[in-house]
Amino acid sequence: MSNNRYYVPSESYWPIVGSIGLLFTMVGVSTWLNGSSPAFWLFMLGVTIVVVMLFGWFANVIAESESGVYNAQVDVSFRMGMFWFIFSEVMFFSAFFGALFYARNMSIPWLGGDSNNFFTNLILWDGFESTWPTNGPADVGGEYESMPPFGLPLINTALLLTSSVTITIAHHALLQGQRALLKVFLALTFLLGFIFVYLQGVEYIHAYHEMNLKLTSGIYGSTFFMLTGFHGMHVTIGAIMLTIIWLRVMKGHFTPTKHFAFEAVAWYWHFVDVVWIGLYVFVYWL
Amino acid sequence: MSSAEISTHHDAAHGEHHGPAKGIRRWLFATNHKDIGTMYLVFSLLMFFTGGFMALIIRTELFSPGLQFVHPEFFNQMTTMHALIMVFGAVMPAFVGLANWMIPMMIGAPDMALPRMNNWSFWILPVAFGILLSTLWMPGGAPASGWTMYPPLVLQTGDAFPFLIFSVHLMGFSSIMGAINIIVTIINMRAPNMTLLAMPMFVWTWLITAYLLIAVMPVLAGAVTMLLTDQFFGTSFFLAAGGGDPVMFQHIFWFFGHPEVYIMILPAFGVVSEIIPTFSRKPLFGHDSMVYAASSIAFLSFIVWAHHMFTVGMPLTGQLFFMFATLLIAVPTGVKVFNWVATMWQGAMTFETPMLFSLGFVFLFTIGGFSGLMLAVVPADIQYHDSYFVVAHFHYVLVPGSIFGIMAATYYWLPKWAGHMYNEKLGRIHFWMSAIFVNVTFFPMHFLGLAGMPRRIPDYSTQFADFNSIASVGAIGFGLSQLLFVYIVFRCVRGDGATATAEVWDNPRGLEWTVPSPAPYHTFEEPPEVTDGKAFS
Amino acid sequence: MIQKLCLSALAILFASSAGAEWELNMPRGVTELSAETYNLHMQVFYWCCAIAVVVFGAMIYSLVKHRKAAGAKPANFSHSMTAEMIWTIIPIIILMIMAVPSAETLIKLEDGRKPDLTVVVTGYQWKWHYEYLGEDVAYYSSLARTSVDARRKNSGIDPNTVENYLLDVDNPLVVPVGAKVRVLITSNDVIHAWWVPDLAIKKDAVPGFMNETWFRAELTGVYRGQCAELCGKDHGYMPVVVEVVEPTAFQNWLDSSRPEN
Ligand code: HEA
Ligand code: HEA
Ligand code: CUA
Ligand SMILES: [Cu+2]
Repeated sequence: MSNNRYYVPSESYWPIVGSIGLLFTMVGVSTWLNGSSPAFWLFMLGVTIVVVMLFGWFANVIAESESGVYNAQVDVSFRMGMFWFIFSEVMFFSAFFGALFYARNMSIPWLGGDSNNFFTNLILWDGFESTWPTNGPADVGGEYESMPPFGLPLINTALLLTSSVTITIAHHALLQGQRALLKVFLALTFLLGFIFVYLQGVEYIHAYHEMNLKLTSGIYGSTFFMLTGFHGMHVTIGAIMLTIIWLRVMKGHFTPTKHFAFEAVAWYWHFVDVVWIGLYVFVYWL
Repeated sequence: MSSAEISTHHDAAHGEHHGPAKGIRRWLFATNHKDIGTMYLVFSLLMFFTGGFMALIIRTELFSPGLQFVHPEFFNQMTTMHALIMVFGAVMPAFVGLANWMIPMMIGAPDMALPRMNNWSFWILPVAFGILLSTLWMPGGAPASGWTMYPPLVLQTGDAFPFLIFSVHLMGFSSIMGAINIIVTIINMRAPNMTLLAMPMFVWTWLITAYLLIAVMPVLAGAVTMLLTDQFFGTSFFLAAGGGDPVMFQHIFWFFGHPEVYIMILPAFGVVSEIIPTFSRKPLFGHDSMVYAASSIAFLSFIVWAHHMFTVGMPLTGQLFFMFATLLIAVPTGVKVFNWVATMWQGAMTFETPMLFSLGFVFLFTIGGFSGLMLAVVPADIQYHDSYFVVAHFHYVLVPGSIFGIMAATYYWLPKWAGHMYNEKLGRIHFWMSAIFVNVTFFPMHFLGLAGMPRRIPDYSTQFADFNSIASVGAIGFGLSQLLFVYIVFRCVRGDGATATAEVWDNPRGLEWTVPSPAPYHTFEEPPEVTDGKAFS
Repeated sequence: MIQKLCLSALAILFASSAGAEWELNMPRGVTELSAETYNLHMQVFYWCCAIAVVVFGAMIYSLVKHRKAAGAKPANFSHSMTAEMIWTIIPIIILMIMAVPSAETLIKLEDGRKPDLTVVVTGYQWKWHYEYLGEDVAYYSSLARTSVDARRKNSGIDPNTVENYLLDVDNPLVVPVGAKVRVLITSNDVIHAWWVPDLAIKKDAVPGFMNETWFRAELTGVYRGQCAELCGKDHGYMPVVVEVVEPTAFQNWLDSSRPEN
């Protein structure tokens, strides 16, 4: 009977370590932003603590999982937790997509005199015409080129789409117990992810140096870099998680019936993928 | 349909589980839902007093015209901090604490689904509020742009600015994790046979609240992130010159902010829906329609946000849409109110403290709802907006609403937590003092607003003097009454009252009353058998 | 006790409606739309009172009659489709009755076409700037000296001795009576809001955008209001004063205000 019980860990110091890490991180980054450069090291200390905490915490969970104390119900809890966490991430992105839609469909047309803003244009921004992309009526950040949807972004789209195929193949391999296939395709997936991040970096450097397209290039630059930047950050995190999962596979973890961590990361990867499609359509293409 | 039909299996051997750890470890490393719930509740009480102390500074300055005690910049800091602390530090954690304590017991679960994450959700809060409170001592002072943090004003904050942003991030992070935990617990950990519609109302309203939380807290995080990049990295989200719009922030903020106010009231609806049936000795009227009403409120809350922005210069169609949508919310809320009244109808009522607070809730929340309805009427709101009428509205729904809900819940379940009864007589005195002073404090604010007093001002014209004095006296009275609350709770926890039975009240419904009082450290390690699927309606 | 409490609450509630003369209520104002707004406000308020009487009445009745102490035995019903239909549909009808006139007034409020005069109002931290479009008249309007002296912390001046404490300015906005005045509102720094209760106007001054509203004052007089959007430390100290005068007086004032004089 006791095997069937829901596992409730008796105590754990990792959360409080995490909170202390967050304290240092937040105080560090804030002080740093306020202009004190030594605070950067406090920030780094905080981040380090958080990273250590994540490893320690997950090591605990993995050890418990491998020792078989988790029953099927615990597995479902983890799944639901991950699912709703991803949902909250979707909502985070939707704030920035919302900003993009608002700028394109509201504020910029209004600055151009649309709707009830005839006088906005006439008195404040005479001569400004509503277009997209734009860096605003005051030409904030100076002249720039906008990012074309073809070339690198298209390659990146192909990379991410391929990676979602490879992870699906890896998943099926896992379900069928084909470990070799699993290892290869999982590795392929995170490699594709890292290549994506690398190319994104190349694109940013090109934007900054050749196109004068910067975070400061008005609303176009703001939405472009914030959306792609947060997405890139999530790809990086996802790729790191994939790498860790791959290491676990190499250690012989996961069975065709028990592999929550693998699926969680796979879901996360698909989420990152879907966000990219939204980005590609609304940021690069339309 | 009594609790007698609910039988529990109590495993004699507690297996690998022991009692609480010794000393500070019990709290720092806690994974037990009761311990974490206790920490949430204590933290919330601390924050309530901190935020209330700030409110008292506000009220003291506003006691009479002329500046007597503080400078205008400090006054604005108090307004801002008061609201942030009350909203994110007092009300929300109190409800999460209640959820932690009660939800596992009400659905027959051994604990929360993700106990370690539960601990982290809590321990982020002291960090977040430590950071926020520390801004009071920074160059330029604490944030002073109102809890709504509108740009460009918020960008004039001094050194406190990034601390404000990151503490909001932390609060969001904590709430999201807490909400995920609650969702997973409710969906995955119910006793076998407990169908969704058989869940008690408190569990239901919390489930809906948790969904609101994971939907809107990330949006707030996004909004303040844009503030941060506008300030430090030269983005133009809220800058017209660059093609952005300061009003865009308001849209994003209120997309969070309006659901947020229902986050602060839905769990209180749940509490009241538990208490009124108990003391009416009658099942809750229309349990299922209460569930649908709460869900409709949650749904509608996503499409009414711009009623906070009727003066920003929205196009006509937008104003019309948001007016109609807002008015609609009165319908499901009305269903709730009517159902409570119908529950009392032909019951056999007694008036213990939890019931008194619930009745106070129904009366006074409804008055707050009425003023909300008036605010929804756009031409009238053009007059009310940013006046004390709005302050009156939201304090009516928040103080005798959310806070009374929390108080009612505390009195209702305290014997279950502590194993002793609280002092009923003092409890009733606490209620009457609170109910009277809350009206003395906030009712005159309606008149002030209608007569033209703007909110967020440290000094006012002499014609507003009388009502402001009354409100200030009321605030002090209300604050002092809360000291009584602390005393009552303290005495009860110390074990001064009579020993509580398992049922505590006269034949209440629900699984929490089937376990002894105080509830054992681990309840329902084996799921209880729920024989009647509807045992809790 | 509970009955007493809510009875007295209701008494206060009703007293407020009769209380226009003690300045407890929204001003009726001096424009057609301010009167309409006032009526809307009262109409919605009366609906709320009526609903309050029904809801609280039922509740109080129940509290009195269905007390255990009065020997009540609990019934055991928990559903009634009819009752629930009634209290869903009736509120919807009431809401529709409220929504229609509100929408009508709102549509009029938004119709600023064919004005007789246009002023541009710009918010500054912490004063207003007024410009008569096409008239070459423009000036700042700040808190009057008397209030400035008295408002300082511990100034030693009793605000009660200052006339129109915090509600007076050095240079008010002057407009002719009976003319349709279009107000274009923007800001130079943070968001402010231009509010005159008697004109039933409140509009945010958003930097980078030009908001539009209008009024037609039907009575001469001086109408006072305040900045209504938190704009920093002196948000409480930037009143709005509008002086409505006869058209000839307005013309004279305008002529004498041009820079060449
Ligand atoms: C717990 C919090 C809470 C709750 C529940 C509500 C509930 C409501 N609120 Fe409130 N509100 C706030 C907290 C809350 N509000 C806060 C904090 C602010 C200010 C924020 C800031 O600016 O700082 C605010 C501001 C605010 C505004 C903006 C005012 C302004 O700034 O100009 C508006 C405008 O529409 C509004 C409307 C409403 C409405 C229509 C409801 C409805 O949900 C009320 C519904 C209830 C009833 C109507 C009563 C019961 C119903 C019946 C008995 C049925 C029959 C009734 C009829 C048919 C009329 N609120
Ligand atoms: C849940 C939320 C909540 C709660 C519970 C309260 C509670 C109270 N609020 Fe709050 N308030 C808000 C949310 C809340 N408020 C919000 C959102 C705003 C808008 C802010 C903005 O404009 O940005 C606001 C603004 C606001 C204003 C307007 C300020 C302004 O516009 O400038 C005022 C003015 O009177 C006020 C008063 C009060 C009072 C008297 C209480 C009382 O109920 C408090 C009672 C409690 C106590 C008094 C505690 C008891 C303490 C003691 C007895 C002594 C303490 C001792 C020590 C610390 C040692 N509030
Ligand atoms: Cu200007 Cu407030
Ligand atoms: Cu709202």
